[in-house]
Amino acid sequence: MKTVAEFKIHYRQILGPEGELVAPLPAFAKDAAEILRMYEAMTLVRVFDAKAVNLQRTGQLGTYPSCLGHEAAHVGVGAAMRAEDVLAPVYREFGTQLWRGVTITEILTYWGGDERGNDFAVPRQDFAWCVPIATQTLHAAGAAMAFKVLKQPRCALAYIGDGGTSEGAFYEALNLAGSRALPVVFVIVNNGWAISVPVRAQTAAQTLAQKAVSAGIPGVQVDGNDVFAVRAVVGEALEAARHGAGPSLIEALTYRLSDHTTADDASRYRSGQEVKDAWALEPLIRLRAYLRNAGLWGAAKEESLLEECTLKVDAAVTEYLGKSKPSTDAMFDHLFAALPAQLREQRLVARKYGSKPSGN
Amino acid sequence: MAHGWEMQHDAKVVVIGQDVGANGGVFRATAGLQERFGKDRVQDTPLAEATIAGMSVGMATHGLKPVAEIQFMGFLYPALDQIVNHMSRMRNRTRGRLSCPVVIRMPHGGGIHAPEHHSESTETMLCHIPGIRVVCPSSPVRAYGLLLAAIRDPDPVMFLEPVRLYRAIRQEVNDDGQALPLDVCFILREGCDVTIVTWGAMTMETLRAVAELDKRGISAEVIDLATLSPIDIETILASVAKTGRLVIVHEAARNVGVGAEIAALVAEHSLYDLQAPIRRVTGFDTIMPLLKLEHEYIPSVQRIIDTVELTFAD
Repeated sequence: MKTVAEFKIHYRQILGPEGELVAPLPAFAKDAAEILRMYEAMTLVRVFDAKAVNLQRTGQLGTYPSCLGHEAAHVGVGAAMRAEDVLAPVYREFGTQLWRGVTITEILTYWGGDERGNDFAVPRQDFAWCVPIATQTLHAAGAAMAFKVLKQPRCALAYIGDGGTSEGAFYEALNLAGSRALPVVFVIVNNGWAISVPVRAQTAAQTLAQKAVSAGIPGVQVDGNDVFAVRAVVGEALEAARHGAGPSLIEALTYRLSDHTTADDASRYRSGQEVKDAWALEPLIRLRAYLRNAGLWGAAKEESLLEECTLKVDAAVTEYLGKSKPSTDAMFDHLFAALPAQLREQRLVARKYGSKPSGN
Repeated sequence: MAHGWEMQHDAKVVVIGQDVGANGGVFRATAGLQERFGKDRVQDTPLAEATIAGMSVGMATHGLKPVAEIQFMGFLYPALDQIVNHMSRMRNRTRGRLSCPVVIRMPHGGGIHAPEHHSESTETMLCHIPGIRVVCPSSPVRAYGLLLAAIRDPDPVMFLEPVRLYRAIRQEVNDDGQALPLDVCFILREGCDVTIVTWGAMTMETLRAVAELDKRGISAEVIDLATLSPIDIETILASVAKTGRLVIVHEAARNVGVGAEIAALVAEHSLYDLQAPIRRVTGFDTIMPLLKLEHEYIPSVQRIIDTVELTFAD
């Protein structure tokens, strides 16, 4: 009997849980300013995230998916992408989006229940949040196809969760991307839980990265709490894709320190000890330790950064809370490029029974 | 031909689907295009309808105008997630920042002895979805003009191509790049005694019924709905104001079919113009049968004649 195919899945890590170097530093990590930029971004999103949960608990925001614990995975990906690349998020990757220029106000506006939050002022071509599971992977593959046909040196990057890798659309996207050598990178954020379903109940596959093998594309695992490794691995994948090498799949291992969303209570299905253990591995600890050991950080700087982040978040919250409700017409405004005549009567009815517009 | 014209004049138009390239499509709708425009612009996709629809979203939001073929309406359903959850609402949910100029074409209806699942007409499911248009041409000439309009439209269009029309009607089509308007009905035949609204392949049976009704002294006005959503109710109301009688003919099953929406709109706006109850001639609320019975399912010329005459009964 002869073997006709085999596979290997590698695991990459650069910073260990206590900030110790376990592999050579990549070029970007030799630039102190660059590391500080990433640490500041990770801190900002953590401060924002806590505030968002608080807003929901006080009735000022709709159901909200916390990204607590995912800061390294999200900021690492954002830092690896180019401005002209296109992001297809799920709904939790605020660290990536803030890096790419989505504003805190826009995030709050959408999760506060107003479509204007999706009208990003800065990353104009990024996809908006995607609530149906895994469908965004096909969107990213389609955007990559457009880049290929239009001969643009751009890449698409799609996120997906561990639960999402059970969906058909995920397999279809890998298959399409592989078969057409599309410039797209798929990043699985394996945070251990799909609401209450642990990843071992999702699949018999030993790793999620190896789902790449079925599509004939490279797959690699990375420590998702190590921002250096995430940025390095994603950066390499994007550059390969950009230069015609085709797509790849990256599985970033992390942990969902929060509930699935503010509508969930994770204590119903997982142990407090497990969460406690995960806290010891969380991404800010190790980067902070690395910076301290490098003489680049200390308690005073930490306090000052937290203050700065709090001011930024508070200013955005004030802006969000000051926004007026969308007008009744907003339901009709962007249904099509031009509202068909058939809908004008309905718009009149809606206006008659709708609330009066106020402010901006 | 419409594909060729538009691809010639708009470099953003790209055709995708299963067997559309080398094979030219199972109904030859895309024959010759790959030789003319190359493999980047005429792509044979993997066998996956969700892929076809999902990649169309990404292509359309990022600079291309995909014209995607689903091989038969019966295979549309894996694509519905992408159509309903994304294509239909991309413009709305991003306040216009992103939009989906996509056409999804698919063979519609039965009557050509096709295998099981190849004879579906479930257009009403699509018509219920806000944010997409549903168009169904009734002749090769109108298919050309309406497809051009669909491709040029900046929003998603579901383009249903009646299978019985592919070969039943031979028509000279002028390849002049002239689009027909969307969102309006076409009056195929003027009359004064009864309004018959229909679309797709049923226009053939309807026009045959109307020829017979003529001999019996009943002058029928035949309206081709063409755009099934949004409905051009104004043209229908003006016709009913003139004739006082309405019969709606569609191959699709009766329950919650597009005929029900037309009937409700006419009842709402023109009850006092009506001389008789509105009637529908439709497929039965049964599963489309296999080929042995398909012509008992599809409304016959006789059923149409009998139903029109019913509107004159006291």
